[in-house]
Amino acid sequence: MRFVDEFRDADKARALSAKIASLCEPGRHYKFMEVCGGHTHTIYKHGLEDYLPETIELVHGPGCPVCVIPMGRVDDAIHIASQPGVLMTSFGDMMRVPGGNGNFFDSNAEGTNIRMVYSPLDALKLARANPDQHVVFMAIGFETTAPSTAMTVLRAAAEDVRNFSVFCNHVTIIPAIKAILDSPDLRLDGFIGPGHVSTIIGCRPYEFIARDYRKPVVVAGFEPLDILQSIYMLLRQLDAGRAEVENQYSRVVPWNGNTVALRAINETMQLRPYFEWRGLGFISHSALRVRQSYAAFDAERLFDLPGVRVADPKACQCGEVLKGVLKPWECKVFGTACTPETPIGTCMVSPEGACAAYYNFGRFSRRRVTEVSIG
Amino acid sequence: MCLGIPGEVIEVLADRPDLAKVDVSGVKRAINIGLLSNDKVGPGDWVLIHVGFALSKIDEDEAKAALEFLESIGKAYEDEMAALRESMIE
Ligand code: SF4
Repeated sequence: MRFVDEFRDADKARALSAKIASLCEPGRHYKFMEVCGGHTHTIYKHGLEDYLPETIELVHGPGCPVCVIPMGRVDDAIHIASQPGVLMTSFGDMMRVPGGNGNFFDSNAEGTNIRMVYSPLDALKLARANPDQHVVFMAIGFETTAPSTAMTVLRAAAEDVRNFSVFCNHVTIIPAIKAILDSPDLRLDGFIGPGHVSTIIGCRPYEFIARDYRKPVVVAGFEPLDILQSIYMLLRQLDAGRAEVENQYSRVVPWNGNTVALRAINETMQLRPYFEWRGLGFISHSALRVRQSYAAFDAERLFDLPGVRVADPKACQCGEVLKGVLKPWECKVFGTACTPETPIGTCMVSPEGACAAYYNFGRFSRRRVTEVSIG
Repeated sequence: MCLGIPGEVIEVLADRPDLAKVDVSGVKRAINIGLLSNDKVGPGDWVLIHVGFALSKIDEDEAKAALEFLESIGKAYEDEMAALRESMIE
């Protein structure tokens, strides 16, 4: 494992760290949310909080797609996988996400065939190779993966593959951010915007945050320096009394996003009236389903789903963690009953989940918090 | 699945202009470049790949920096590469 000073640009990081400290108003506490789980991962892995003054607090947001899948959807997937002749596929990260009656591995032990694939296109290939089976791809993710699912559906339609469908669980990032902004639990000073989601949606969709909520947003890359630089840019805005959307990651993120991808999503999918997010509850217009015109590829239309809502385990505080209200280690089962090997909540499953990231690398931030609270 | 991994385009497949063979840290696989149909993609270009699709073109410096960063994060990247090795997109 690498520790704090081992990353390539530790000197540059220290220089940025000094600039950050010089912009902090004495006596003011700053709370910035990093929306994306990839950022959470970098922050913990590289101990970035050690480069920040104690008055800056980073709170982890809901941008881990595996973490927000509610238990009932896992159960629905297992239900589909249990139908005769079905071969279910999903990304590796889904395999250990607990449902009401265990995860995909548990289900396979009881006879289902749920396989990991790298890409939805691999699932489509499995369908071509197994004409006697119906291959379902459980699609998850934000706008980063939604275009891939959309393009795969378009391909399946063009080739007229009849034994392929998608169990669509794509979620959209903007309504989740809005739900957090509207929640009374949390007062935030600004957002570190997600990098890869923004390659698709661009920077415009965040403008309402600056305009209506007067909070700065900086879309950020994933390297340690990117994140420090973004925090510096947020502070500079606050210092100047500005609230704007800025793009720190312009070397990858175009301001207007990827129009081909957006068109593909729009062609094959439509917004659901509402969708349940684990821990956050129902959020309106926050998820996508397959459009009627592609109904032949929609597992939700092809199979009868139980659609039972399953309450999260009592001990689990993922909702609080996803909203940034609790730090991972403040959850009572963190590191004891809930570990990456035996996750109770989803935040412990994916490496992008705040609990897993913290469990694996988080000792520095915890030390700091303990020191601060002891005085 | 959340990691964007940089790959260098080796060739665009002649019979399938939406597919390209890429090299990701020595692993050569086909990926879909249909989302970049507004850009020109050819051999020697670098792209950022998510779940088998190129999401954006990047320059070589960015690709190198991104790779170095990914290698530093360990397991999550190894898992992604293991998944890519299993991939047989066509
Ligand atoms: S420690 Fe486990 S149960 Fe608690 S919030 Fe994290 S993932 Fe959820």
